[in-house]
Amino acid sequence: MAHLLRFLRTSDVRTREITDRDVYLRRREFLTGAAAIAGAALIPGCSRDNGSATAAEPAEPDTLTPKEKATAYNNFYEFGTDKTDPAEYAGSLRTRPWTIAVEGEVAKPGTIGIEDVLTAFPRQERVYRLRCVEAWSMVIPWMGFPLGDFLKRFEPTSRAKYVQFETLVDPSQMPGQKRDVLEWPYREGLRIDEAMHPLAIFATGFYGGDLANQNGAPLRLVVPWKYGFKSIKSIVKVRLVEQLPYTTWAASAPDEYGFYANVNPDVDHPRWSQRKERRIGDISKRATLPFNGYAAEVASLYAGMDLRKNL
Amino acid sequence: MTGRRALGIVIIAACLAPALRLAWQAAFGDLGANPIEAVEHATGAWALRLVLATLAVTPLRRLAGWQAIAKQRRTLGLFAFAYVVAHFFTWSVLDNELEWASIVEDIAKRPFVTVGFTAFVLLIPLAATSTRASIKRLGKRWVKLHRLVYVAAALGVLHFFWLVKKDLRPPLVYAVVLAVLLGLRIWWRYSKSRSSTVRRPSARAFSIARSQSPRTAFDSGTATRSDVLNPDRPRT
Repeated sequence: MAHLLRFLRTSDVRTREITDRDVYLRRREFLTGAAAIAGAALIPGCSRDNGSATAAEPAEPDTLTPKEKATAYNNFYEFGTDKTDPAEYAGSLRTRPWTIAVEGEVAKPGTIGIEDVLTAFPRQERVYRLRCVEAWSMVIPWMGFPLGDFLKRFEPTSRAKYVQFETLVDPSQMPGQKRDVLEWPYREGLRIDEAMHPLAIFATGFYGGDLANQNGAPLRLVVPWKYGFKSIKSIVKVRLVEQLPYTTWAASAPDEYGFYANVNPDVDHPRWSQRKERRIGDISKRATLPFNGYAAEVASLYAGMDLRKNL
Repeated sequence: MTGRRALGIVIIAACLAPALRLAWQAAFGDLGANPIEAVEHATGAWALRLVLATLAVTPLRRLAGWQAIAKQRRTLGLFAFAYVVAHFFTWSVLDNELEWASIVEDIAKRPFVTVGFTAFVLLIPLAATSTRASIKRLGKRWVKLHRLVYVAAALGVLHFFWLVKKDLRPPLVYAVVLAVLLGLRIWWRYSKSRSSTVRRPSARAFSIARSQSPRTAFDSGTATRSDVLNPDRPRT
């Protein structure tokens, strides 16, 4: 199985915090404990025999990125365009109180507070690779829940073909928004079937605790088979829509990537190759995998689509 | 210690400081989460800054009357080149791991690499002819050859512009500085040719070479071999 993911109950988290051995993840140990099996039933392909996938497996192990690196090197332009800006300036973000408005093509539109989110949706741990479009990557133990569970609560109608997400806009809390580097609010989107895929999660925590502000607290999207910019941070609005929604980077740099932005080593970025990536903490690069190594789970979403054209 | 010598030492120390800082940070694991990128960006930025500093020498001398700085131009230029070389090696050896196929592909296919690499190549003959012997041997051609630095500087700024994703402010700062430094030279040329009765620049160059100060002639590319070698020679 060429993917890396693990499901744990919130209560299991302490076990992975205790040893380095646990930090050193090997791909074949992607499921741990009884809770994992319950989670695995959600994932198409998880129970498949992995014999045929051996040739495509990455040669190098996936090791958790140390938290101090995952919190020090971020792209979050709301706090500045340097990688170190979010860690430096995200302290001004107030994550309580925090509400998320859900609107558009849903039977039950409404607003939900972050505390209600935390009680309504039990957190699971998901260890995912994160591949930035800039050809670096990390491995992060997120704490979250399937995005589909969240959306179903608001009962999407049959006309809900896409989901659009919005980040908070408040230049007093997000100093990077004082400049029009991007058109604020930052917006991202998924096709409804992508959003309902069990690998797509809303994360509210990582490394066994809450999210750091620079990593998208209090609630962010994590779509591990897409380039990192799709995984929008500090979400305040979810809108279900019928037409392909506006997404920030596709609009602001249309020559780079479009709506899908699936990790694809065969399609170069205009300014660099995507064949390889540097795992943060490594000196040498490693091969980038199609769909960031989650092809077995998600490739079927794109059956019949030309992935060289639908970037 | 003479003032000139002290200035030379200050310039060398200032030029070495960024490299020493990087070495210090590397030794203590203080280069951040992506150390190779950090070195790549720092060497590139200092290469560009020192190229601009080299181009600032003549304006400083002419506008601020700081004559002593002229002697430091070669030091600044050679340090600029050293940072360009460090930048190139960081990119090719550390970042691209000497994978020639991907290096060649980058240079050929990606405009920001193409212009950056071109700037590097253009600077090679300038560094190679920085000795007194070369100045003497090449004479007037040396001055013409070294005008390539204008092209290299512009390509360096373009390299930075095309690299950045969205925030154009940092490269814009370099572009404005370069525009001022090059604009001054264009202005000097323009105002000179207006005051000159000879219209064609090539003819003008010959006609005024004898009448102006060696330094001015050096700047405008009309200096003779002895002017370049003896810039402090009194005005005739």
